[in-house]
Amino acid sequence: MTEQELITNIETVPETQEYFINMGPQHPSTHGVLRLLLTLDGEIIKKVEPHLGYIHRSIEKMCEKDSYQQIVHLTDRMDYLSCHINNEAVCLCVENGLQLEIPERVKVIRTIISELTRLSSHQLWWGVMGMDLGAITTFLYGFRDRELITDIFEETCGARLTMNYNVPGGVMFDIHPNFQKRTKDFITYFRKKLPEYDELLTGNVIFTERTKDIGYLSKEDAISYGVTGPSGRASGFACDVRKRFPYSAYDRVEFKEIIYTEGDCFARYKARIDEMWESMKIIEQLIDNIPEGEHKAKTKAVIKLPEGEYYQRVETARGELGVYIVSDNKKSPYRVKFRSPGFSNLSALDTMARGNKIADLVATMSTLDLVIPDIDR
Amino acid sequence: MSLSADGIYNFMGLKNYISDIYNGVKSLITGMKVTGHYITHPKEIVTQQYPENRDTLKMFERFRGEVVLIHDENNLHKCTGCSACELACPNGSIEIISGKEIDPETGKSTKIIDTFVYHLSMCTFCNLCILSCPTDAIKMAQGFEHSVFDRSKLTKVLNKPGSKIMPGVK
Ligand code: SF4
Ligand code: SF4
Repeated sequence: MTEQELITNIETVPETQEYFINMGPQHPSTHGVLRLLLTLDGEIIKKVEPHLGYIHRSIEKMCEKDSYQQIVHLTDRMDYLSCHINNEAVCLCVENGLQLEIPERVKVIRTIISELTRLSSHQLWWGVMGMDLGAITTFLYGFRDRELITDIFEETCGARLTMNYNVPGGVMFDIHPNFQKRTKDFITYFRKKLPEYDELLTGNVIFTERTKDIGYLSKEDAISYGVTGPSGRASGFACDVRKRFPYSAYDRVEFKEIIYTEGDCFARYKARIDEMWESMKIIEQLIDNIPEGEHKAKTKAVIKLPEGEYYQRVETARGELGVYIVSDNKKSPYRVKFRSPGFSNLSALDTMARGNKIADLVATMSTLDLVIPDIDR
Repeated sequence: MSLSADGIYNFMGLKNYISDIYNGVKSLITGMKVTGHYITHPKEIVTQQYPENRDTLKMFERFRGEVVLIHDENNLHKCTGCSACELACPNGSIEIISGKEIDPETGKSTKIIDTFVYHLSMCTFCNLCILSCPTDAIKMAQGFEHSVFDRSKLTKVLNKPGSKIMPGVK
């Protein structure tokens, strides 16, 4: 190269071009093994492509060889933070198919434990969300309060996370004698502690700067992508299954469907915090009115669903979970399909993240509250 | 006119700027106050000192730690070797190897349990085996410290050597 060429080479500014970067599969803020292929222009996100399959266990296929009682425990391993609600979905679907009359006591117990599950899931989400945005303290506060709920579960259901407390026809054991007292103690305690969450994070200037007007999702997009749960409701999509299609004991309790219209990260954050208050309200209405009776309806040892298709939807902590069972009158289903909320919510990530910065993607993902095993199944 | 509008704008901007700083700092202090409260009130901190508290740590009675076969003081258990638990288990964690016992008086042979193999490493602690057992021979124990250096140690034989079925259990 001549000297002149060298000088012109240096002087020409190279054209900027888009480049790719892999976020995950081992990234702390993807909360699991999710790989996002980002197309970037500088620090601006042009496109987000989720690549799935890193934790696929073919749960739906496994269901085809399992009996209906055995399927229930597999759903613990989808969205492990709403495991009780997943179990309930399968049980409700099977009970629908069998035309089984469920004791009132079971309905109320299931509802209370579902709401406790929702609370514990949101507590963990709150802690992790703070941590994703750089506030490690919140993680410890979230876990401190969640511990009390896991204690309740441990005493009544026998496990802390993968509880498998539901069986087709009812619940595995009756509630523990301490259950009501412990739950009431927890509600009194948590009513005092929840304002602490607001003090620590909600008002915090760094937090609000990083979440307000970030990751916007319009109502139309939320509906077309099927974004449900608190994430959908923060965009104004009234999609609470507990209100629209009540199951278990939700038809007899009063609670508000939390709806925000802003559609940004902060709205999704607020929706979950408000949902915790509503969950506590639901539990308070039911905890003293658990009807007497059996904890399980009588079922045959080998359950066979009549030929046909069955569908049941429930509201998990992340959104609408649908269970679709096709039966051919054998002891295992012909086909099972789970419509998991995480999968649909993830599909909207691209729309939400476009035009934002990489750091905003972390905030957006946190407020979507993704659980990767739920997406991959 | 434009000047004064500009002036108002600047004035408003400055005011917003200052109130933003004020609110921002205030919000940070609010958060710090919560943290400060716990620094000065160590009694409210709920951390468990595991494993130092091993002696006093008691798990709830329903806690599902591992499957055990209940033996009484005479080394008798209630398992008939019916394999109901093996069938109920979703992941093949239980293997029942049954043997034959010949009654010395009548000469009839009955099916008894020879080895109750339990793969702890595959168990999902779902409790279905316990529910399915017709004689309530097995239960969930509360032990949870299952880590070992060799995976083969997690395959256990649950019936103790020399143990027999309780008389009268069918
Ligand atoms: S608890 Fe469940 S997985 Fe474990 S041995 Fe029993 S049936 Fe099998
Ligand atoms: S433990 Fe119970 S279910 Fe299992 S083989 Fe023995 S008697 Fe049958």
